[in-house]
Amino acid sequence: MTDTSRVRVERTTRASQVGLLAGLGVVVALAAVPRLGDSGVMRAIIEFITLLVLAQMWNLLAGYAGLVSIGQQAFVGLGGYALIVLADDLGLNPFVAVPLAGLVATMFALATATLVFRFSGGYFAVGTWAVAEVYRLLVANTTALGRGTGRTLKAVFPLARETRELGTYALAVGLGAAAIIAVYLALRSRLGLGLMAVRDSEPASRSLGVDVFRTKLVVYLVAAFGTGTTGALIYLNLLRISPDAAFSINWTAYTIFIVVIGGLGTLEGPIVGTAVFFLLREALSDYGSWYMILLGALAIGAMLRFPQGLWGLVAERWDIRVFPVQRRVRTDVSGGRR
Amino acid sequence: MIWLDTLVQGILLGGLYALFATGLSLIFGVMRLVNLAHGDFSILAAFLAVALVQALGVNPLVALLLVVPVMGALGYGLQRVVLNRLLGRGILPAVLVTFGLSIVIQNGLLETFSADSRRLNPGGIETASLALGGGLAVGWFSLLTFVTALVLLAGLQLLIGRTALGRAFRAASDDGATAALMGIDNGRLYALAMALSLAIVAIAGIALGIRTTFTFASGPDRLLFAFEAVIIGGLGSLWGTLVGGVILGVAQTTGARLSPGWGVLTGHLVFLAVLLLRPSGLFAPSRRVD
Repeated sequence: MTDTSRVRVERTTRASQVGLLAGLGVVVALAAVPRLGDSGVMRAIIEFITLLVLAQMWNLLAGYAGLVSIGQQAFVGLGGYALIVLADDLGLNPFVAVPLAGLVATMFALATATLVFRFSGGYFAVGTWAVAEVYRLLVANTTALGRGTGRTLKAVFPLARETRELGTYALAVGLGAAAIIAVYLALRSRLGLGLMAVRDSEPASRSLGVDVFRTKLVVYLVAAFGTGTTGALIYLNLLRISPDAAFSINWTAYTIFIVVIGGLGTLEGPIVGTAVFFLLREALSDYGSWYMILLGALAIGAMLRFPQGLWGLVAERWDIRVFPVQRRVRTDVSGGRR
Repeated sequence: MIWLDTLVQGILLGGLYALFATGLSLIFGVMRLVNLAHGDFSILAAFLAVALVQALGVNPLVALLLVVPVMGALGYGLQRVVLNRLLGRGILPAVLVTFGLSIVIQNGLLETFSADSRRLNPGGIETASLALGGGLAVGWFSLLTFVTALVLLAGLQLLIGRTALGRAFRAASDDGATAALMGIDNGRLYALAMALSLAIVAIAGIALGIRTTFTFASGPDRLLFAFEAVIIGGLGSLWGTLVGGVILGVAQTTGARLSPGWGVLTGHLVFLAVLLLRPSGLFAPSRRVD
């Protein structure tokens, strides 16, 4: 037997230390961008961050809680419309209204959960989609929300363009960092342990005392908050919202492809996936919707051939974990017997 | 009278929805697979018919005779080559792969056929109507679609209840592992089920294309309606699927009569109400056998 005094349980890895430094570097670099004054780069970064956060939220739901939702676009739309109502109709500061819009989306998520949690598996997926469609149609039939034509965010008009752009950019960077840190910390906590247990086996985790229903509900609400806040940010950036765009299934399509190609169930996966998405879109920008076809084919191929995603391949091959959420047992074999 | 007309239109619409729902119900019953591309396959069939009509100048109903076997073969191939690999891996891979297929098909149709809305024209039958007396009239084609749904469902019921293949379907549905022990080739069986599913949904897609305009993006709504019809009727019951389709159809026509933008929404609300009050559906059998 191995000498137990030589057994260590650790989390930090060489890669995670490097990753921490790299992450700080990224944040510093992002903070420097506005000084260069290129609003095109800022907009691209905002778009990258919004897709990344959407992907992290969906990854949290599907990759960790086992909840495959194809109705997250409901919260993108609800967050966007909540922003318009809070900022234009209720006169709140539009930047403050963004996280508040996320809270509004979370309230709707609570109502949604009472319905869709009656389903499981593939029928849960379609149920979430049906509910998203209900929200879309309700909004499209409401005159105060602009019906099918939609509305424009007027609350930002008094602001100077640079102020608005800088404010949106700062909010985006803050949201991105907060989302990744929050998910990382959550997964390292008791909740995270319970989540991973639920993902791997619901009956077993129940037998160990994990409150499966509550765990899933908390995750669903947290993901809705993240998605709703991101939706509000998206429309703070775009300024114009309509039901067909805000509640479009494309939001879900992009995030699913990003997560599946990047690596489901890892924190690094969505980052890799978002990068692949942007690269493909830029490379195929002259060919209409071919990038979506290629992306879809890649995602299908990934599920069939490498379900652990691109990051999963890297992590398995070289044993790298930049965001270590699992505990590793290390034994020193130089001493006692194996 | 206007409400009787609404009711009749709704019932006939239900026949079309039952056609969409039957294939979905079948593959879920046999292999617990939710095909998120189900609606998009029906639209693919409609576009294939459009292409055939343009290329050969035939009536869409003739094109249907060519498209249905092609779609059946496509379903067989798809199941054998792609989807059979996903069974036994939980629902996530199947949901993601069929979702990916849905997006790929939609964008493929967009690239091939552009975003223009299309319609199939069978030369007059779609506008002919049959007077039922008392000022009530129904479209011949709606009636034809409903009768087709009845015939197909009856045929499927016979297939499942009276043939060896049907016995194999029922066995795989009850217990796939033991069915394999009894000598049933599950891979081939599932492929046949998928072939049947896509063949039926091809008929549904072409019927839709004759009845109304459609675009590359019309698939997902069909899937939703099919799914709602199956849930309202109850999983595991073929005739329940017809009743579910009819209830959905009536809900939609009633809602549309109240206010034009509320048709589809009313259908969704009725579906959610059934889900809240009777989650297993209205006609779910106590045993998962037809």
